Amino acid sequence: MKIKVKYFAAMREASGVNEEVINSNAINPLELYKELKEKYPLFLDEKHLKVALNEQYVSFSHPLDDLDTVVFIPPVAGG
Amino acid sequence: MFKITTTPIEHSNEALKLEEPMAGGLVYFEGRVRNHNDGHSVQSLEYQCYESMAKQVGDNIIKDALSLFEIHNAHCLHRHGHLKIGDVAVWVGVCSSHRKEAFLACQYIIDKVKSLVPIWKKEHYVNGPAKWVACHNCGQHLHA
Repeated sequence: MKIKVKYFAAMREASGVNEEVINSNAINPLELYKELKEKYPLFLDEKHLKVALNEQYVSFSHPLDDLDTVVFIPPVAGG
Repeated sequence: MFKITTTPIEHSNEALKLEEPMAGGLVYFEGRVRNHNDGHSVQSLEYQCYESMAKQVGDNIIKDALSLFEIHNAHCLHRHGHLKIGDVAVWVGVCSSHRKEAFLACQYIIDKVKSLVPIWKKEHYVNGPAKWVACHNCGQHLHA
């Protein structure tokens, strides 16, 4: 399954990329994040994050589909 | 309407959009870049956003405000890019027949924007390396 992952703020700096396509068998964002954290050890612990699937906030247990776009949202700081 | 912009926010331009004969109470909020945070001297702020999602989340906040409060209209703009001290980073305007609902709605909108809209800021300090601000509960805080 191919998942597009976009990165912002500290996660963009930790990964060194704006986005990438990940080949993964993860069934939900939590599993996907565990895979990414092995690749990028500097990523925050998931308890500090929210997750967006195709531009909507979802839970970390929401099912993933092929070609989904996932963004792990670090603590927001608008204003 | 919620808008993300890279151009400077001009209060007078935005306020005009809220003028209407029914509006007896108009409340505006500007969040500006300040020169200090947590004891550090701040030189500038760099905003980054997930623009397509930020627009959707922001539009929903405005829609919710319009249904929750007795107001006639509401707008919010947020800038992104690299801002200097004194620049307006976020602008909220609400018009209502009476002041109370306009104040309440304005507070609601800015609190929700700060806690939900995917926008991040990196503080550039006078002394020391720049740092991404990780504010987990901004909507409950009093800082701009």
